[in-house]
Amino acid sequence: MRKVVVLGLGHTQFCFNSPKTGVEMLAEASVEAILDSNLTPQDIQSAYIGNVLGTFCEGQATISQFACDDIGCLNIPAVRYEGACASGSIAIREAFMWVASGFYDIVLVGGVEKATAMGTSLATRTFCMGTDSKYEFGTGLTFPGFFALLTRLYATQYNLPLARLKEQMASVSVQSHKYGMENPHGQIKQEISVDDVLKSMPVCTPLNLHDCCPFSDGAAAAVLCSEEAARKISNKKPVYISGIGLATSGKMTSQYKYLPRLRARELAAQQSYQMTGFRPEDIDVCELHDCFSIASFIAAEGLGFFEPGTAGEAWEKGAAAIGGKIPINISGGLKAKGHPIGATGVSQLYHITRQLRGELAEDGVQVDGARIGMVDTLGGDGCICNLILTADGV
Amino acid sequence: MDYKLPFKEYNKALRKNKLLGLKCIHCGTITCPPKMACQECKGLDLEIVELTGKGKLLSFSTHYIAPLGRDNEIPYTVALVELDEGPWLLGNLIDINPRKMDMNLIGKQVTTAGRVFPGDTYSDGPIARPVFSIVE
Ligand SMILES: [Zn+2]
Repeated sequence: MRKVVVLGLGHTQFCFNSPKTGVEMLAEASVEAILDSNLTPQDIQSAYIGNVLGTFCEGQATISQFACDDIGCLNIPAVRYEGACASGSIAIREAFMWVASGFYDIVLVGGVEKATAMGTSLATRTFCMGTDSKYEFGTGLTFPGFFALLTRLYATQYNLPLARLKEQMASVSVQSHKYGMENPHGQIKQEISVDDVLKSMPVCTPLNLHDCCPFSDGAAAAVLCSEEAARKISNKKPVYISGIGLATSGKMTSQYKYLPRLRARELAAQQSYQMTGFRPEDIDVCELHDCFSIASFIAAEGLGFFEPGTAGEAWEKGAAAIGGKIPINISGGLKAKGHPIGATGVSQLYHITRQLRGELAEDGVQVDGARIGMVDTLGGDGCICNLILTADGV
Repeated sequence: MDYKLPFKEYNKALRKNKLLGLKCIHCGTITCPPKMACQECKGLDLEIVELTGKGKLLSFSTHYIAPLGRDNEIPYTVALVELDEGPWLLGNLIDINPRKMDMNLIGKQVTTAGRVFPGDTYSDGPIARPVFSIVE
């Protein structure tokens, strides 16, 4: 297998009510990534695009081919990947394998979502399509509902009074909003307090509005290439994708006794740790799937950063902040940066790559000396993808 | 190979308040809702059994935001129950005021019946869903 480099990066504004079409957002992020790579669109051999709801929001399927055609990547294989909110990471994993195998040298990965034009009711309905349509949707289960159920299981499993757990969860949103202030592409620019979270309106008990990420519009893109191609194209210090992992689970009740832990994440993480030889303590910075505050605890524990049941305390003590044991979601995370679901994995890759290149000092959010970074993305009931990225010389 | 207990049959029974599951001939595990393979040993040799619907409440969440077309159900409570026969089942907790629900409910005994969600634009027909009532 060949080494795979993350070359150029592109990222649109994440926002409510984007005036742009899904194709336009994806095309703009893609051209930015291609130009950032010192390439032209004609150099791209194949494209791997995460997108979930183009059909429902804009009546647009196979968004990949229209965006590629628009930017002059004519007639290339350009395919849409769908794994609910993990679609972007799944597209990256796929692109990685085609380059690592030697089949292609230079490819485009991207992700895009336009969700806010649907309004909350239809957006909620379409997100529910990531649950089991026959055995879960009938009950009216939504995704905040899914993580709300896990919240009470978590409280019971680890003997935490719910009120105490909710305070810990609030500290996740507080941290994300704080860092989100520094992300120029971020959707929400507003500092909040623990009290703001606890007093925000209930969405799915015990989760309040500020335990939940927003609906979002936006796109992100990156060019991946072989190490040899990277040397010819750019004198930037390369960032490598060194580990990948992907595992899936069925409906919530099918995962039963393992809950509130998510087995798919633990298996996916094992894959990327095994591939790289790294352990959780080797990771310097991580972007993980904080769709809901409790999801951050379950993710950070599943990736091995904290013991089960202890992530809340860790967040409160600053262990997930810059300078802490493992800085997490310094981009503002899904909560503050926004969560255009098809784009999220690629946006996480964007942020981690910039951390490993040391480019975030100007924004005041550089993790000093970050050499090894991790991306974690969750889709639906349990499609979980991990990436481990490494700076040059690791 | 056909499903031993396809959605259509499970759904028809639940509409009549009958909860069906699958017993594994190999290891005895009960799988419910139905799958093609035993949820423990992955064996494909299963037989249909009727479950008691008795179990204990593991978790619940009252929804104040609903998917399109279901605003009339708000507030509704989704609950997770561990059936006496072993499997976990997702359904709706009914017959109790959501404002009176708290963590003290966890572990309470429940019984199960069936109700029908009539379906929407994106469903291919009505869907029976388990409803749970707390045993006082
Ligand atoms: Zn079995």
